[in-house]
Amino acid sequence: MTYFNIFFGEIYKIIFLLLPILVSIALIVWLDRRVWAFVQKRKGPNVVGPFGLLQTIADALKYIFKEIIVPASANKTIFVLAPIITLTLALIGWAVIPFSNEMVLANINVGILYLFAISSLSVYGIIMGGWASNSKYPFLGAIRSAAQMVSYEVSIGIIIINVLLCVGSLNLNKIVLAQQNVWFIFPLFPMFIVFFISSLAETNRPPFDLPEAESELVAGYQTEYSGMMYAMFWLGEYANILLLCALGTVLFLGGWLSPIDIYPFSALPGIFWMIFKILGLFILFSLVKAIVPRYRFDQLMRLGWKIFLPFSLIWVVLTASFLFFLDMLPTIG
Amino acid sequence: MLAHSLFFYFFSTIAVFSATMVIVSRNTVYSVFFLILVFITISILFIMIGAEFLGMIMLIVYVGAVSVLFLFVVMMLNITEQIKSKFKRKNLIKNISVGSIVGIIIFSELLVVIGGWKYKGTFFPLSNKGTNLDLTNTHALGNILYTEYIHLFQISGMILLIAMIGAITLTFSKRDNVKRQNYFNQIQREKTSSVSLIEVESGKGIKLDD
Repeated sequence: MTYFNIFFGEIYKIIFLLLPILVSIALIVWLDRRVWAFVQKRKGPNVVGPFGLLQTIADALKYIFKEIIVPASANKTIFVLAPIITLTLALIGWAVIPFSNEMVLANINVGILYLFAISSLSVYGIIMGGWASNSKYPFLGAIRSAAQMVSYEVSIGIIIINVLLCVGSLNLNKIVLAQQNVWFIFPLFPMFIVFFISSLAETNRPPFDLPEAESELVAGYQTEYSGMMYAMFWLGEYANILLLCALGTVLFLGGWLSPIDIYPFSALPGIFWMIFKILGLFILFSLVKAIVPRYRFDQLMRLGWKIFLPFSLIWVVLTASFLFFLDMLPTIG
Repeated sequence: MLAHSLFFYFFSTIAVFSATMVIVSRNTVYSVFFLILVFITISILFIMIGAEFLGMIMLIVYVGAVSVLFLFVVMMLNITEQIKSKFKRKNLIKNISVGSIVGIIIFSELLVVIGGWKYKGTFFPLSNKGTNLDLTNTHALGNILYTEYIHLFQISGMILLIAMIGAITLTFSKRDNVKRQNYFNQIQREKTSSVSLIEVESGKGIKLDD
């Protein structure tokens, strides 16, 4: 019976984690569009609500009331499943993200592996959507996207190994606590850059948004989707972006730790710093979207396999030998 | 404990059901999706017995990488034609005989392995390194893999590397008549060498040597 009690206690917590995340996705879409507009000297969404804050909610309402069209030749089960899987996978990753030392839904030993597994699963939503649409552009988009995500996952995995060498644990809380003296962005700065670019590619953000490159593929895997199902892909995409920002924060920017351990900064609760850092990374994401032109696909593959993979492998060897010869390897505990 | 076994039976039923569906379903893409479901439920079962590292590695390697490649290949097939074509009786006997031979071999291997499990301690004296309960199972695995079994571990890594290189050399073919871009040339291209202004008289054409 205690098993079931724990189960329902967790459901209560899950709801209190999911609702803020869904709301913040709505706000983050607004922020993204505003930053994008700011760089291009436009105004961006500024009509609905104060500063246009409610624009995303208005968009979501529009999507809800639109008709959902399922193409006649589509594979209906998989067509409907694809956006559901995308959104679900983007949301369940948040279970292990620590917002402060205690505020974490599941403080599991293999937290980082869990996040990595979830992000490697998220390719299925796209493949399923592209295949089930039974049409040329979505299929090409899905194939491109799968190739892209699988190749950049490899370099993200190796970058994670760099961080784990310095920590000696797969637990996200311990990774943050290991950065109390110095954030990993300073000793591992090149890896942070590679991680940032790889996470752009992993989430199909510009300049790596080839799966949905409108000049080549209409809208890629989303071409046949409409109404709420399209909105779910869209929500899932932004939830994934936020998740990777959170992962970057935990791995390199010291998670919930305050930048300086002096009174006015250290008094602020950890969740404030966590959200602040995630937002900072996200603004970098949207700046990149605004200022960098799209890559060509062969350039993208070359960057992933021939530059990032060898570079991060060499850096693993460097980190490991540095830690080994200076006798700084973390102890098991 | 009751709830735990309920969850166990729930997930193992799904695993067995979807494993059967992998073979039974006519649509190859459905087969791959059921295969993915099998992998996911197996990794859940791993996590339920406390082997969270194995479970997660199972998800990353099998679901995140291997099945994606399966899907890649299978999605290229023409599914509708495949479903329409009648199941041929001629091949049935051949397939069943080959399949049952493979099945019997795997089954007897399993028998040997599981039967031998009982006497494992007498043949290979086990170390106590992995049985320290304070360690997380990632650390415990690492302690054994990288100390006692380091040579076996390295050899298996080498075999995988050789297999990878072999697969690449087998499929790699140098094709002619393919235009390849040279990145350095592309970047170094300048306005003076690629753009030229030509004045054309009206009413007359012009020929460029290109």
